[in-house]
This record gives sequence, C-alpha cells and structure tokens, in this order.
Amino acid sequence: MKLQNINDKVDPQFQELHQRSIYKSLEDKHTTIEDVDIDDPLNAKMILNMGPQHPATHGVLRLVLQLRGETIEKTKLDIGYLHRGVEKIAENKTYQEFMPYTDRMDYLSPYSNNVALCMAVEKIANVEVPDRAQYIRMIGCELARISSHLLWLGTMVMDAGAISFFIWTFREREKIYDIMDQIAGHRFTVSHSRIGGVANDLTEDATAIIKEFVNSFPKELKDWHGLLDRNRIFIDRNENVGVLETKDALDLGATGPVLRASGYAVDQRIIAPYLKYSEVDFEIPTRMEGDNLARYFVRMEELHESIRIIKQCLDKIPTGSIRSNNAKHAYPSKDEVYYSMEGMIHDFMMTDTGICPPEGAECYHAVESPKGELGYYIQSDGTGHPWRIKINTPSFRNLQVLENILDGEMVADTVVVIGGVDPVMGEADK
Amino acid sequence: MSLELNDTLQAVVDGLSSEYSDKLIEVYQSSDDTFVRVETDSIVEICTYLKEKQHFVFLCDVFGNDRYTSDERFEVVYNLMNLRTQTRLFLKARVEEENPVIDSVTSIWKAAGWNEREVYDMFGIRFEGHPDLRRIFMPEDFEYFPMRKEFPLLGIPGSIELPNTTPDTE
Repeated sequence: MKLQNINDKVDPQFQELHQRSIYKSLEDKHTTIEDVDIDDPLNAKMILNMGPQHPATHGVLRLVLQLRGETIEKTKLDIGYLHRGVEKIAENKTYQEFMPYTDRMDYLSPYSNNVALCMAVEKIANVEVPDRAQYIRMIGCELARISSHLLWLGTMVMDAGAISFFIWTFREREKIYDIMDQIAGHRFTVSHSRIGGVANDLTEDATAIIKEFVNSFPKELKDWHGLLDRNRIFIDRNENVGVLETKDALDLGATGPVLRASGYAVDQRIIAPYLKYSEVDFEIPTRMEGDNLARYFVRMEELHESIRIIKQCLDKIPTGSIRSNNAKHAYPSKDEVYYSMEGMIHDFMMTDTGICPPEGAECYHAVESPKGELGYYIQSDGTGHPWRIKINTPSFRNLQVLENILDGEMVADTVVVIGGVDPVMGEADK
Repeated sequence: MSLELNDTLQAVVDGLSSEYSDKLIEVYQSSDDTFVRVETDSIVEICTYLKEKQHFVFLCDVFGNDRYTSDERFEVVYNLMNLRTQTRLFLKARVEEENPVIDSVTSIWKAAGWNEREVYDMFGIRFEGHPDLRRIFMPEDFEYFPMRKEFPLLGIPGSIELPNTTPDTE
C-alpha cells in the first residue's frame, strides 16, 4: 500500500475536516527529507491509531503512527479531548472561585496547582503570606510530588510489564490520600491553599501521620530500588528508549524531569526560589543520557529529595497564623464568620468581590510542579475577575517533545515512552 | 515609573535600544516582571538577536491576549528565559483585528510550534511560516475562536458536531 494519499483511503464518519487534516498533517511530516517508498512488497507500512481510549496512554491522548514493520516512521499527536476551556472559565470567576478548577488540571498533584495559582495572585496583589502557611504549602507540594511520582512509577513499570508494582505504589499513595484528608479535609482534589495563606492549620494528628510517612516511606523506596535499579528486564526495556538528546532538549521546550534527564538542572525551586525553598537544603537530580531510564532515575531521586525537604520543613515550621490578617486580602477564619457580624460581612465581601489587583497589573509566577514548570500569567483589569489568565502547563510542553522523540522507536516502546514522559491530559488540554 | 533592571535585562534594553531603536516601542515592569513591546514586523529579527546575542535560549511559552475594544486588538506574548543568569523576559507584539498575522518563531525555537497552534486555535492569530498551523484543542471543523472576548462562556449551540448517543434510532 502506498501511503502517499492516506486521505483517499480513509472514510471518516465523524468530524470529517478534523480527521482529514490530521491525516494530511501526518502525510506532510518530514516531507523535505522523506523519500517515499517506491515499492513495499511486504506491505509493511501501515497507519495505526492509538487512543484516545487506549488504556496505556494515561488519559485521552491520541497518537497517529505511521509504521514500517515494527518501527515508527512518524508520529502525530492529537490532543484536546479533555479541553474544558479553564482559561475562559477563569475570566468569569473571582480568583478564589477559580482555585478549585486548578485541582482538576493536574489531578495527580492538585496541591501544587492550588499553590501555583494562589502565589501568582499574591504576587500581583502584593499579599503577604505568614511563614507558617508557607511551610504548610511546601509540605503539601512535596507530598503532591511524591504522590504524582508514585503514580508515574506504578503505571510506567506496569507499562513495562510488571503489574504487582502498581499495587505497591498505590498502597503508598493511599497513605498520602489519608494525610491529605487530615490536612485539608479532602483526599483527592484538596483545594487547601487560599489566597493569603491556607484553609486550615496542620493538626497534631496530621503532623503525626506525616512524620510516620516520612519515616516509613524511605524503606519502601529502598525495596523498589532493589527491585528495579539493576533489573535486567526493566533496564533492557528502558535503556536507549525514547532518547531526548541534550542538544534538542531546550529547543523542543522540554521541562521538569524530562529536561533534567537530558542534562539541564532547570528547576524553579532553585532558579527562582519561591515559598521557603531557599531555606531548605536539597539537590536537583540530573542525568545526561536523556533516555527513559534516566527519567526513571531522576524521578526516583526526586522522591528522596522530597522526603528530605518535608523532614526539614517539619523541623523548621514556626508557630503563628496561617492566613494574612489583612481583611482586604484574605478570608477570615470560620470562627469569626460564625460568631461575629464583621466576620460575616468580611466573608461575604471576599466571596462576592474578592481580591482586586491594581488595574493593568501583569505578573507571571512559576512553581516546579511534579511534571515541570507550572506558570500562571495573570493580567488584571482592576476588578475581582482576571482579564486574562494563561496557564503554562508542563504536560503540554512535554507532549510536544513526545511527538518528536517517538520517530524511529519501536511500536512496542510507545507506551513505555509515554509512561516515561508522564503527561497528564487534564493539564495538557486545559 | 523608573525601572529596576538587573544586569541581564539592562544589557537587553541597552542592546535593543542601540540596535533596534526604531523597533522598540516600550519597556515596562509590573510585579517584578519585565515586559518589552516591539514592532510586530521585526519579531523574528529581535527573537534571533535575543537568542544569539543575549542567550535567551529557552522559550517557556507563547500566548495570546485579547485587548478587546483597544486599537491593535490582539497581543502575542513570548515568555523567554536566559538560563545563564536565570532571568525571565516577556516580549510582546500587537496585531490588528482585521488581519491578525505575525511571523512564526518556530525557526528559532521549535518549542513554539504547539504554543503558536494554541494561539491560533484560541484567538485566530495566524503565524506566517509555521510548518503545521492547525487547531490544537478544538476540532478543525470548529469555526470560532473561543478565547476571544465576544465568544460566549456557554459556547455556541451546534458549533461542535456531537456523536449520536442513541445509534439505534435514526
């Protein structure tokens, strides 16, 4: 079958223009360098649609692959199946009202998303955050990083063929859900951060189970290292697979662990320290190889570093208030709301109008989410609603890398490479 | 307002004002971030200069902005990063509502590819010289640009073809 005119051979029944344009785009990719085959006697070429409901694609990601035998000649990604238009929604909500939507962006680490939005609003509106709240946020963010990396580890190892591993990482994730339940009152979509601080203080129970977790988790991690680090099957499956060369990494716009596995120690916690990251001691794991195995090692070491950060936070966390006391900036505590008229009015004003940054102000604030640089650009028109919010999401950028590194790989490695890049479609599609 | 620029940004502003003095429109700061607005027709030239001479090698993001009711309605913002000094710079260029076209920077940073597709999808700004300018989130059959301010929050009924949920009944 000659693949010069894919469009003549397909018969899309649904959203025809869209389907035809993606086939056309696949046909056109690398046209400058490609020598279209003259004869293909074994009929080794085929077009393979993977997704959007393929279980190994970690969400609604669709890949259109052109194969020659078992090798992928070229790939195109089709995203947008989970597009909800959160930026448009944000323009019609107050800043605090929009915060729960960020939970649903990167739903594997909701805490980092909440913090990212709140910090951007605090930056544009000059809100002071008490030290204790900043430490609580750091603990939450690092727990979210562990939780996200645990899901990556379980699914990525499952993609490589080991099913039981998934159960073990989920047992540990379950403990983090319990901790989040204690901290925030929700297990999954926590919505714990507030503009000007956090919703509620760490209870003694919460501190106790976090301490228990940071003591027990390294032992589990050690077992996993023992199982995987020198495992022949695992290494053969991941080494030299999905290589992102150091020279291409910046050009293609990789971010997070994918970029760090290709040799650049770019981490927002170091290059633009936010919260109290300048006061704790930690390393940025970096590898040079750029393959899937390097990404595995980077993320595994990040798990150790996160535990280290949480331990230091627990030692350093000061006592004090957890939310800004300025009535123009933050919500009152529920005690004030229920027992005083002023508190009630204050709460009503915060919900109705919310915080109003100065007219024409713009700001960008980025945090290091588990997937990479997560940035919020906010432009204010002086009202309680943002004029424009742009969310710079790491999964979107890493998926663009994926489209480029899959060319030339084996089709069986596709799911492993997707697992290694670790995209979350809720975030990529916004 | 006086500017508080660090060495890298000072070098950028000095360099741009000496070499592209007629292209540089304004430099301003807001909430510690620095924004530079330049002429739309010279965006590729200035981006090349920033990458080659000022080491802004990392393109973090490209996004659009609708300045509804203002002249030169749309704005394209480039979020650049200098990894040597870890400095961030925002470069802006404005385009007209009637013919929103700007040159693509994909020849300088490949990372711009998907970001520019997103701007095209959401605002309808076309990028000259983009290798694969298709919609990215919305299907190709969709006729509107949803992030424009006049697009209603509830969407436009019938604008997206939806599957027949009861296939047995015609």
